Amino acid sequence: MAQMTMIQAITDALRTELKKDPKTLVFGEDVGVNGGVFRATEGLQNEFGEDRVFDTPLAESGIGGLSIGLALQGFRPIPEIQFFGFVFEVMDSIAGQMSRMRYRSGGRYHMPITVRSPFGGGVHTPELHSDSLEGLMAQTPGLKVVVPSTPYDAKGLLLSSIRDNDPVIFLEHLKLYRAFREEVPEEEYTIPLGKADVKREGTDLSIFTYGAMVHESLKAADELQKEGYSVEVVDLRTISPLDIETIIASVEKTGRAIVVQEAQKQAGIAANVISEINERAILSLDAPVLRVAAADTVYPFSQAESVWLPNYKDVMETAKKVLTF
Amino acid sequence: MTKMASKTQSAKKDAKKVLDVVEEQFQTLQILNEDGEIVNEAAMPDLSDEQLQELMHRMVYTRILDQRSISLNRQGRLGFYAPTAGQEASQLASQFALEKEDFILPGYRDVPQIVWHGLPLYQAFLFSRGHFQGNQTPEGVNVISPQIIIGAQYVQTAGVALGIKKNGTKAVAITYTGDGGTSQGDFYEGINFAGAFKAPAIFIVQNNRFAISTPVAKQSAAKSLAQKAVAAGIPGIQVDGMDPLAVYVATKEARERAINGEGPTLIETLTYRYGPHTMSGDDPTRYRTAELDNEWEKKDPLVRFRKFLEKKGLWNEEKENQVIEQAKEEIKEAIKKADAAPKQKVTDLISNMFEEMPYTLKEQYEIYQAKESK
Repeated sequence: MAQMTMIQAITDALRTELKKDPKTLVFGEDVGVNGGVFRATEGLQNEFGEDRVFDTPLAESGIGGLSIGLALQGFRPIPEIQFFGFVFEVMDSIAGQMSRMRYRSGGRYHMPITVRSPFGGGVHTPELHSDSLEGLMAQTPGLKVVVPSTPYDAKGLLLSSIRDNDPVIFLEHLKLYRAFREEVPEEEYTIPLGKADVKREGTDLSIFTYGAMVHESLKAADELQKEGYSVEVVDLRTISPLDIETIIASVEKTGRAIVVQEAQKQAGIAANVISEINERAILSLDAPVLRVAAADTVYPFSQAESVWLPNYKDVMETAKKVLTF
Repeated sequence: MTKMASKTQSAKKDAKKVLDVVEEQFQTLQILNEDGEIVNEAAMPDLSDEQLQELMHRMVYTRILDQRSISLNRQGRLGFYAPTAGQEASQLASQFALEKEDFILPGYRDVPQIVWHGLPLYQAFLFSRGHFQGNQTPEGVNVISPQIIIGAQYVQTAGVALGIKKNGTKAVAITYTGDGGTSQGDFYEGINFAGAFKAPAIFIVQNNRFAISTPVAKQSAAKSLAQKAVAAGIPGIQVDGMDPLAVYVATKEARERAINGEGPTLIETLTYRYGPHTMSGDDPTRYRTAELDNEWEKKDPLVRFRKFLEKKGLWNEEKENQVIEQAKEEIKEAIKKADAAPKQKVTDLISNMFEEMPYTLKEQYEIYQAKESK
């Protein structure tokens, strides 16, 4: 096994599938010669040629429409949107078109498209480069939304996403790209979509989270352990559809829960997780379920982002409120 | 049957012919060549000696600003920065053709134009640092802060221009994007809307050959980007973007047409960015050759304009050094002023969300106020 960063695991997954399935295509802005602005597609054009891995003209909407058209011709497109803040330029293709194709054609057509895109804050980007917009995606019926938090998961989830016959929005947190390395098998393996991962078992409180916040939550759980609390951390991994079974089983075990997201508080994934818990397991609860989330502002200009972004201390503070309720 | 087939064939031929004829029309306008010689006397703009010196002053100043900004960025004293060296003629000679009441909608590389249009330099530095005060354009400075989404400013320009027309102001809206920007839907919508409304707009495409790594040949099958004006039914012109006189003339004429109610113009300037796309990790050696860099550096706008002005006795080393010293001094002062700006807070951002703060934001304001006063 090799030690890989998340970005290397992603490249590895793309290479694996480009080799295995001749219908897969990788394209987007600067993904060819340049290997992507984060080097996620490094070396792939050299290895598989310009027919399979290519630069598009600079137009997110064009990339979305092209993906739909190629899927109608039997290809399995893996487009990259350079930064997820640019998704507004391609919202119609994603939310208005590809998500509805199976439904509107009565199953005649399907869209095996995996839209990869970096997102998430903490690296001092300019505006519209760090936004957590996964809530917009999860609110769209017909899309699956996947957010890996580790290199191992990134590879297994990306392979599952590409092989899935419905559109998947695959969101890669900028801060996790090169945050750490871990063992990633060089052979192929998949992690099923829609399955959460219990990262850390505990009995007093459940933390449901995803993306970079998994690591803040794990850190908070370690700190809380020192104070005598046993905290379970569940990495949702797929935020749409949610792994309801794992969420409910965890709540039934601990009786207390919080949800942690990097995105703004309003609407969003955390609100949805809490609704599911309330609808299915309210009698198992010993305390209200609270949220840790960012303020309801536009993603802040870089100078204020360190205060704006939730961190392990915020997680601890909210966890304690619920633990001592 | 035979007759119909031949008809279709001739229609096909005609379509190709129309394209060929159109593409042939788009020749590059050049007035000042690489050696600083006037090659198109008839097109010479009517600029006084003082104006010519002022334009040179601005180009030299801006080159120094670029060098200092890159070094400040490397020291961690600036944030987001997109280098401008090589594009001085495209950026500054076009802005030089404007009047104060004209409104600029820049892309992220177009900070120099808005600085010369009146944005204080320290605010440009605050913009780079990601501080909202950098975007608080002073009253009377008709610019909006640089757009991050490629091409988004193009459609907005049609709106600003239509607004100017409806207000009856004698002014234009001018916007900038790059070669990559012409691929966005927003580009086509912008020039088409402005054309349909006969709005007083100037659309500049600074074709610096690469959209990050992607060469212009991969953006479009079109031979020139200027010819895209044809589909919108508006005038389009391609100019040597390293030639300040050609850029100035094209912009000046576009402005006159716009002011006279003749609608928008698309101007493509052929230029080159010497540096990386931005200072955030782009490495041009991955996609450009040193030969190509050298080829374009020979066309440098400062070099040719300096030669031209020296021959006319309007420029010398002493003048140049004065500008360099002035630039360095003013940049130092501006950085000091930017350093003195109060640290940006989350509460500032919360206050800027709505005219009236909703209940939940009021609550969050208090939480962050407590956090930030610690």
